[in-house]
Amino acid sequence: MEEFFQQLTNGLAVGGIYALIALGYTMVYGVLKLINFAHGDLFTYGAYLGLTLLTSLALTDRLGFAAGVLVLALMVMGLVAVLGALLERAAYRPLRQSPRLSAVVSALGASIFLQNTLMLIYGARFQVYPDNILPAATLNIFGLYLPLMRVLIVLASVLMMVALYLFIQKTKIGTAIRAAAIDQDAARLMGIDVNRVIMLVFLVGPALGGIAGLMVGLYYGQINFTMGWVYGMKAFTAAILGGIGNIPGAMVGGLLLGVIEALGAAYISLAWKDAIAFCVLILILIVRPTGLLGERVADKV
Amino acid sequence: MKPRPEVLGAGAFVALMAVAPLFLNAYQVDVLNSIGLYALLGLSLNLILGEAGLFNMGHAAFYAMGAYTAAILNTRYQIPILWTLPLSGAVAGAFALAVARPVVHLRGDYLLIVTIGVGEIVRIALVNDVFGITGGANGIFGIGRPRVFGYVIRRPEQFFYLIWGFVALSIFLFLRLKKSRFGRALNYLREDEVAAEGSGIDTAYYKLAAFGLGAAWAGMAGTLFAAKMTIISPESFSFWESVVLFMIVILGGAGSIAGVLLAAFLVVGLPEVFREFAGARMLVFGLVMMVMMIFRPQGLLPARGRRFPWVASAGALKQ
Amino acid sequence: MSSAPAPADPVKPALLTLAEVIKTFGGLTAVNRVSFAVDEGTVVGLIGPNGAGKTTVFNLITGNYQPDRGDISFAGRRLNGLRTHRIIMLGIARTFQNIRLFQQLTALENVLAGCHYRMRGGILSAMLNLPAQRRVEGQAIEQALQALEFVGLTQQVFTAAKNLSYGNQRRLEIARALATQPRLLILDEPAGGMNEQETEALIGLIEQIRARGITILLIEHDMRLVMRACDKLVVLEYGGKIAEGSPERVRADPRVIEAYLGTEEDA
Repeated sequence: MEEFFQQLTNGLAVGGIYALIALGYTMVYGVLKLINFAHGDLFTYGAYLGLTLLTSLALTDRLGFAAGVLVLALMVMGLVAVLGALLERAAYRPLRQSPRLSAVVSALGASIFLQNTLMLIYGARFQVYPDNILPAATLNIFGLYLPLMRVLIVLASVLMMVALYLFIQKTKIGTAIRAAAIDQDAARLMGIDVNRVIMLVFLVGPALGGIAGLMVGLYYGQINFTMGWVYGMKAFTAAILGGIGNIPGAMVGGLLLGVIEALGAAYISLAWKDAIAFCVLILILIVRPTGLLGERVADKV
Repeated sequence: MKPRPEVLGAGAFVALMAVAPLFLNAYQVDVLNSIGLYALLGLSLNLILGEAGLFNMGHAAFYAMGAYTAAILNTRYQIPILWTLPLSGAVAGAFALAVARPVVHLRGDYLLIVTIGVGEIVRIALVNDVFGITGGANGIFGIGRPRVFGYVIRRPEQFFYLIWGFVALSIFLFLRLKKSRFGRALNYLREDEVAAEGSGIDTAYYKLAAFGLGAAWAGMAGTLFAAKMTIISPESFSFWESVVLFMIVILGGAGSIAGVLLAAFLVVGLPEVFREFAGARMLVFGLVMMVMMIFRPQGLLPARGRRFPWVASAGALKQ
Repeated sequence: MSSAPAPADPVKPALLTLAEVIKTFGGLTAVNRVSFAVDEGTVVGLIGPNGAGKTTVFNLITGNYQPDRGDISFAGRRLNGLRTHRIIMLGIARTFQNIRLFQQLTALENVLAGCHYRMRGGILSAMLNLPAQRRVEGQAIEQALQALEFVGLTQQVFTAAKNLSYGNQRRLEIARALATQPRLLILDEPAGGMNEQETEALIGLIEQIRARGITILLIEHDMRLVMRACDKLVVLEYGGKIAEGSPERVRADPRVIEAYLGTEEDA
């Protein structure tokens, strides 16, 4: 039982990370009907920027662990958000009126470009987050010893998801995003600046992806320039699992996928761990392509 | 009647290639061999992605199926490697049909994601030594040299004629296919699926046929790859292989055979020319993909409309 | 000049029959218990305000959608559950409201799509380029050229569909549909976007198609065309049928007048 709960909480932590990345995919898909292949790489940028800022600014030494990490997180979110907006400007906006294939290819190109830029700057080897500045404490929750970092990640990701949900549901800007996702032309006629909405989506999504990258760095301690594509694929699977374009769906899908994967790796086979997500992906697309929370829509002829 | 410029170009290319090994060193010929294999794979993916417009980014999986089938048959059962060609093609084709059947109706980018998933599952399966026959992460080694009419093929220039001979045969067959009812049906799919179905074309069948045929050809290319390398391992069939092949088709111009050839030369050949910048190879690819989509989405040598010379010459109509 | 309604043969069943057909999308009932019949050799118009469910009816007939309830049958065969290309092979051909051509391909290649299902030959015969294969291709091209000539596109055989004028694109779609050699031709707003002259030519074309013995079912907003070309009209509003009969009778029907005036007030 101890083992099961360890795996379950581990799955929730990883799932929280998937969910944060998945939100970026799902928001962009909701508004632009585009799979932003480069989103996974923005996540990697979060991890690398986090490492560089952490070591060069020594934030945790100056401000203490809690405040240091908080400041770091905000900086990473801000920087990756800007990167996301730049990406939209350079790679996607010129293709807004082009066929879907063009945008997909451009997205892939952007992904490859971003990834290899990191490789040329930092090298191909794994980079290691310093372990001396992070407390290796464990928490005792109902007799279960859990690493502090794991608990923090679950809490932080849930907090951010709730914040995003409220932002989308309760604010005026959130309503504009939802309107643009349903019908861009109608939204434009109602006086919504769709370009701004798209820009906003490309700020918020990457910010969440960036912080997820930082979390991976802090949780596992090791990062690599190619990790964005594995995490990206899994997060995308999570988005599909929950129903693409659906924000609560991305959260549910992420957490669910994290748990499925952690339990599958523990009880079925560790060697096949990475294949689990892909199997889930293929299965869901065959059985219920609209995802768990998605609605069925008829294709217009 | 003056020959058309593309006919002249093709003739010059064939003549140049036929004598190329006489003027090049072993290393350069080997690069040409790699280009030939990628051209072959590009041509096979072109059927699926270029002609039928089905976003397949897991082509390396079919390539791997063929290569492993050939390697296993050769090392375990001592079947001469070239004899395995039809069977590795059939295995790769059958595998493609099996995986494509449930997912082929999915819309463009969903299909793309699924094929990426299939490619990864295959690679993970190979690394995990599935059924105990793939040799795990180390792969399979000791694959026998191919023999043609009693001659053992060993040196690069010998492989050159084997590989490029197969490329030439493929182009010859694919050109005929392109002119036929089958070839047109794939294009109808790409242009407008609803209109194709609404014109009496069984779109589900042709989608599968495109996948099956393209994968079978990739499988045969896999056999040639196994014969050339004598060692194969999962890392040769990674996601990036699929990306490079996808790129070759898009860069050349979807549905354009000449385009695929040109792109194979550029994508595989150029990094060999600029070896000192080899690390930046993928970076440049990425950039080219983005820029191309903005300025030349139809590719470098886009496909032309079909000509029907016998229609015009029969005097059936005046242009 | 309105053509006399073809006398309904009491013995011969209708070519196309819709019986109590229902189709809903989510909570919206797009087609509500619609029944009507199309007799062989006639021209029937399906009219009604925008959003009345006309195109949905077409999509139900050609199998793009499946009805939730009700039966659709053609020449004595039930169409429910059949895939679109099977329905086309039974002898129904259609055009689309928002022109769906193979844009990059030439006019000839577009029309060859219609010939496709009657041709034989697969991968192997194409690769071997057998004599039978060449003969089949030759015949198909001949038929395709005839279809192009029939709609008046002899000068544009090798023009890419995307480069044709709007009116010619509509003609090309009709040629492609005719190439399937249908018994019933379904036209979705054939005069949409056409000027007066082009519409006039289209009416002539419809007469010619009819003269070949092909039955026609069409959706059209251009009332002059509808009144002149159709033997019978079926009027839909909010997914339900509100009137059916000869153009003269339908024009005088108070419910039809109300439906049309109503939409004009909304607009």
